[in-house]
This record gives sequence, structure tokens and C-alpha cells, in this order.
Amino acid sequence: MSGGADLNNPLAQFRQTYFEECAELLDALQSQLELLSNGQGDAETLHAVFRCVHSIKGGAGAFGFAALVAFSHVFESLLDAVRDRKIAATSDVVALLLRASDALADIVAAARDDRTLPAGFAGDVTAALEDLLLGASDAPAAVSAAPAAATAESAAVGETRYRISFTPHSEMLQKANEPLLLIRQLHRLGGLSVEADESRLPPFEAMEPEAAYLGWVFTLDTGAPQSAIDEVFEFVEDDCELRVQVLAAPAAGAASAGPAERLAEDGSAAAEVPAGDLHAAAAPSVHSIRVDVDKVDRLVNLVGEMVITQAMLTEQSGLLPADQYPVLIQGIEALAQSARELQESVMAIRAQPVKSVFARMPRIVRDLAATLGKEARIVTTGETTEIDKTVIEQLNDPLTHMIRNSLDHGIEAPDVRAAAGKPRQGTIHLAAAQQSGRIVIEVSDDGRGIDRERVLARAQARGLVAPGATPSEEEIDNLIFLPAFSTAEKISNISGRGVGLDVVKRNVQSLGGRISVQSRFGAGSRFIMSLPLTLAVLDGMVVSVGSETYIIPLTAIIESLRPHPADIHPVVGRGDVLALRGEYVPLIYLHSRFRVENAITNPCHGIVIIVQSDTAGRMGVVVDELLGQQQVVVKSLEANYDPVDGISGATILGNGRVALILDIARLREADCQSGPVRPDGNGAWRAGAADVPALH
Amino acid sequence: MSSQGQSMTSTLGQDNLDRQGNGENTKQFITFTLGPEEYGIDIMVVREIKGWTDTTMIPNAPSHVRGVINLRGVIVPIFDLRARFGMGLTTPTKMHVVIIVAAGTRTIGLLVDTVSDIISVDPKAIRPVPEMGLPTDDQFLDGLVALDDRMVTLVSLAGLFGHHAGGHAAAEVPVPAAEQEPARAA
Repeated sequence: MSGGADLNNPLAQFRQTYFEECAELLDALQSQLELLSNGQGDAETLHAVFRCVHSIKGGAGAFGFAALVAFSHVFESLLDAVRDRKIAATSDVVALLLRASDALADIVAAARDDRTLPAGFAGDVTAALEDLLLGASDAPAAVSAAPAAATAESAAVGETRYRISFTPHSEMLQKANEPLLLIRQLHRLGGLSVEADESRLPPFEAMEPEAAYLGWVFTLDTGAPQSAIDEVFEFVEDDCELRVQVLAAPAAGAASAGPAERLAEDGSAAAEVPAGDLHAAAAPSVHSIRVDVDKVDRLVNLVGEMVITQAMLTEQSGLLPADQYPVLIQGIEALAQSARELQESVMAIRAQPVKSVFARMPRIVRDLAATLGKEARIVTTGETTEIDKTVIEQLNDPLTHMIRNSLDHGIEAPDVRAAAGKPRQGTIHLAAAQQSGRIVIEVSDDGRGIDRERVLARAQARGLVAPGATPSEEEIDNLIFLPAFSTAEKISNISGRGVGLDVVKRNVQSLGGRISVQSRFGAGSRFIMSLPLTLAVLDGMVVSVGSETYIIPLTAIIESLRPHPADIHPVVGRGDVLALRGEYVPLIYLHSRFRVENAITNPCHGIVIIVQSDTAGRMGVVVDELLGQQQVVVKSLEANYDPVDGISGATILGNGRVALILDIARLREADCQSGPVRPDGNGAWRAGAADVPALH
Repeated sequence: MSSQGQSMTSTLGQDNLDRQGNGENTKQFITFTLGPEEYGIDIMVVREIKGWTDTTMIPNAPSHVRGVINLRGVIVPIFDLRARFGMGLTTPTKMHVVIIVAAGTRTIGLLVDTVSDIISVDPKAIRPVPEMGLPTDDQFLDGLVALDDRMVTLVSLAGLFGHHAGGHAAAEVPVPAAEQEPARAA
């Protein structure tokens, strides 16, 4: 059908791989630079930073992204100078490096999307990098990175003469490695003389245009350690024969530096072993593989199918007399156990550390702090906490918005902070941890906290709180999540980009999560999100209404009961309420809400399930019967149909039939709506009149 | 679950293949019936044909949306084509047939009475639908094909299910006041 055009174009495929790698490298770059700026970096951190930029540049050269090559080259040169301690890694320099990495990310994104950046993009950063570099090469002690400076001389004092024999495998060029670049890099290390080995050159007619036939023997006099030479060849190690020999040790002479000889492959002294065997020997060092997400998703779906079939078998086996079919029943029990373990293992494959989302936040803080004229830093902990890929993807928006909110409304201007006796620089703490099957993410700041008097005053002005009511502190804090509260409040165009905390809350809820806030006026606030580890599986209560079966997410259920007739009261024009320990809980008759026939209409004959949703508050859902509790695999209804009000998804029961999963937050809202309101295109941020819970 | 629906593709007669012409330009259609009338649908959109199974109803959906079924782990909505054409609801039995089709990016099922044939049609032999001022707007139909003594009405999926195959996407055909199956239906 849709012939994969990309598959027919290897370059496009490599390109995609390159940009995937770029994304990872940029993340790594970002987090390493963060380490540096926090003063936790060491020489190894600098090397790592350098490698990231270097790899990005290498690929960019292969694909001909000129702007990217040019910028990463300057960036890399500066990093090189910092690494060689020609430039001290002061906080100013690190700040510049951070800006450079932001610019690099933008340039990579532009190259990926085939966009042309405006002329002079990141010009200031480039200029600053170049200025620094220039300053460094002016310094008398510094050996310039400019290749022209060095000439081949005999080993001077403090220099070591190396003999490097470098024989690329014939396929090295196909992996986008360019020997000339390597030679230039070697040249920068010191005096270099080069001899080409043409012995492998075939007759012209037998020559493959993309094969590497030349080899080289270099004689290098350098003060740099041997590791510097290794680094030059870092990316081609596996694609060449490399032999580094010390010919003349420096006069000061490290005693251990005898005629060290090594092959590129780790510590292997077997010089005679042909390359192919060496590669086989090196293979076990691979600890991870790159797998297409689609393949994993297919596996997840299949396992989901298997769990459903297994549930069906278990259900059927329950009908068999256990004494007659003991082996069959034992087998089915064992199958159930394995199926559950298999499901957990497969889910674990999709789990990713939250780092991938957290790593984007420092930049947001930097950019926004600069815009707002504030000083702020972000500290992250628990980045290694793992959570399902599907949740991670949807975490970015709410997290970004919470960070923006903290910076915009929480952190004060530097002078205000100083006057309050706080450090001028505000701190936002982003933390993730796993707690009892859920992931808890906290965004806390040491800003001004929530001004409850102002919040209450505004809420009263908007009619969100009855004039005489005296809500608790917690209730006041939670007012900021109300849609009417934040959308009316357009102080800045930063937090107020059409989304308020109410949207954050909705987004978190659509992930099956909850959000709350704790705050101390003057000392800061703490937003706490609790999310399920996966969206693919859900613990649900199976209920029946007429001939239909529905699933209610267990997290939403508080209790279930069969009410006494005396506790049911009609409220004019509002339906019925249930008196429950002094509170009045609105009742939702699922059969009338969903127009199901032949259902129990009297709640006193059926069951009322008390559910709680953060937006819609507490309510009683009237159903016929509770059928049991079950872990269900969540399926999309919207893949093949339109979104349905009050329904968040579907699942397949043990008998093979589809059961719909209730969307508790939308159950009552939809009830109040006159016309159908469709979510917007992506369905994630639902539109529609929100229901404001009354404070009691 | 495969046990729910037996593939009925094998029972389709192939004898009508190429009857209408054997040029390279012919298009193939699967024909099905709603009552006495015969309809055709482009074979390229048909994914499979299965027997009717009970559905799970979708709350507050239009009447022609008969609910969803589990098709090997995928949730697939079933549309009652008779109701969609404004001819009243089908009372499905085990003999009724669901044609699973790809409508754009979506997979949906069409409830029909029976599947009868595969026909090859020269596009030139497709006649336009005459204006008749009927509720079954001609936007749902791609044309008419004369087949010996039979007439096959070609159904347009795009017209029926609009931008995407949602139940709400295309306006529902006005259903006659008494919404019941016409007596002529099998």
C-alpha cells in the first residue's frame, strides 16, 4: 500500500538515525553542562561534553549541514581549549557553553526540519566563542589550535614521539569517516609527518569508489598524552587497524611509558589476529540495543491480547470441576502467572527514565529567567526514575507549564529576594520518585508562595467562593487550579499562553494522575503530581448497567454502597442527591446518562459507587451491580471512532467483548452540557465548559 | 478473537470476474445486499468479512452506530448501513454480515444483509446516479452499474463517512418517522 519511500532511500534513513542520535547527544550535552555549572564537573565531564559536540559535528559534515558544521566547529574548538586548560572553566565560560548548546539544539532542529535559520542566528554566541578562543591563542603559553602553527620537528623537551600506523578497513569511508579530518586533528597535537601506504591500492578497474585502500604511518611529536591520540581515532576504532607506538619518551620520561603498543580493540595484544575475529571478540561489550518503538508497541499489544485470552481461559476453567481436571487447572494457573510476569517485563521495556523530559527543563528556566529579568537555577533529582514511554511523552507539556508558572509567579525579582533575605538566585527543584506503583513528580520553588488573601479575594470576586464562606488553607491553594481563576488572570504572556494551571490539571488527569499544591507564603510552593507508571494497564472495577458492562478506574473510587431510600433527595432541576455522612453527593444515573435500557433505575435496588474527580468533585454513580475488580488493558476508542463524552477508552474483557472505561472527570461535566463539545484535533487538551466544584 | 467471526471470503463466487470486461483498467467491487437491493464497494478498501457478533453500545451515539466490537484486539465501530441510508434499523442475526473496511486511517465495520459477489467493472461502464430527490443523497453513492439484469449501486465510503469515519462526522440521513425495518428486508 503505502510504499515506504524512506526505506528506498538509505540516505533518508541515515539522516533520521543521525537526528535521533543528535537528540540523545544534545540531552547528554545538556546534562553534562548542568553538572559543570553546578560545579560537579571534572575532566571527564569536559571530555564527555566535547565528544557530544564532536559527534554532532561529524555527522553534520557527512550530511552537508554547513551551518551546523560551522557552529559546532567553533563550539568544539572552544571546548577543546577548555579541555586543554587553555581557558579556565569559569562560571562565565560555562554559561556561554550553555548558551552555545541551546543554539546548537536550535541549529540541529533547523537542519532536521529543513528550515533555514535567519542570517546571523546565534551570531552573538558565535562571536563570544570566537573571542574567547582568540584570547586563549593570544596567551603566550597556549599552543594555537591553528594547524599552521605546528611544524614537524624532532622531539623537543617534554614531547613524546609516537609512531602511529593507521590502516582503515575498506568499509570505513561508508561509515562517514574522513581520514583527512583525523590527520588534521593529529596535526593539531604537534609536529606530524605522514607516509601513505599504497600497498593495498588495487588496479584502477577493480577499484570500488566507496572503499578505503590507503593506509598511513604517522610520526607525531607531541606533549599531549597518548589518550589524546586515542581520542582522535575514537570514532574509527572499530573500522581500522590502529597501532600506536612510543618511539622516544620525553626527556623527563615517564618510566612506565616503554614501547607501548596497542591495538585499537581493548587491551588485546594479539597483533596477528585478523580484524574479523577481533570484532567478534569485542561484541560482548554491547549492553543495549536500539529497537524501533513500533516493534515494542506491537509486542505490548500482543501480550495484551494474550492476557485477555488467558483471562478468558481462567474464567472458563473456573466452570470445570477441579477434581476432574487438576492438571489442566494447574496449567492455567501457571499460565496466568507467566502471563502477568510477561506483561510486566514487556512494560519494563517501554519504561524510560524521566531524564529525557527533565533534561529539557534547564533551558526553559534559562530562557524564561532571562526574559523575566530574574535569576534562577533548576536542580533535578531522581532523573533515573523510570516511567512508561506513553506517560513520558505527555509529561512535557504540564511540566513545562509548571516550571514556567513557578518562575513567573513564584520566584521573585532578584532585588525583592535580596530584600527578603533570600539569595538573589531562586531555586526550582524538580524531583521524581516512585511511590507505591505510581510516580510522584514534584516541582518546588523558594519563591513567594501563594498569597492566600489575594487568591481568596479574587476567587470571591469571580464568584468561585460564596461571600461568607471560610475555606481552609488547602482549599484556597487549590483554587488556583480552577479554570475560571487562571484564564481570567492574564498577568503575563508567559504563564498565560492561553493555558493555565487548570489545563495542567486536566492534562495530568487525562493521564490518570492527580496534582496538588502545598505552599507557605513567603517561603515557596510545592506542586505534587502523582501519575500511573503506565497508561497501558489500569486497575478497574467492572460494573454492569442493563446488558452493558463498564469499567470504572479504581483510583477514582472512594466507596460503594446500597443507599437507604430516606437518604435520596431530589433537588429541583438538578437531579437527585445522596445524603452521605452529612454531605450531599450528586447522583449520576449511568443508565440515563448513557441511555442504556433494562437497567435498575432505583439506586436503592442497585449500587451507588462514590467516585472523586479533581475537577468534578465527588459524585455517586448509580449502576446495577459490581462484577469485580480487574486489571484491564486500555485500548483506544478514538483510533477508529470519535471521542465519546464520559468515556476515556475501551478494553476487552475475558469473554472477548469490549467494555468501555468511564471518564469520571467528564461524566458530570458532559451531563451539564447542552450540546456536544468535541475535543480539539489531538484530543489531549480537551475543550469544553469546565465545571467548577463548589466549596463547602 | 477469531472464533467470533468466520471468514466468509471463500464462499464468494468468482464466476463474475471479468464478465464486465477484462481490460487492465477494470476495478473490482465486492457486492452486498440490503434487502433486495445490491450494492458494491471498492475491493481495495475491504479488509475482511465476518459474521455479525454482538456489539458493545456507544453511549449517546446516532442510531446507525451499532456499537464497537473487538477485532483481534482493535476496537472497531460497526455502522448499520441500512440505517445510514435512512431505511431503518437492521435487526441483525447470525446470518448478517459485517464488512470490515479501511476508511481513511480508520478501520470500521459495515453491517449488511449478505455479501454476494465480486465483480469487475470497467470505470467507463459506471453511470452517474440520477437526481431523484431522495433522502439517500447521491454524495453517498459513486454511481450505478448494470450487470445483466441486476443493478449494482456503488457506495462511496468517503461520502458516507466524511473526513474520517466518525459517527458524527457526516450528517445523519433523515430517518423515516417510523424507524423500523421495511417489510421487504430479508
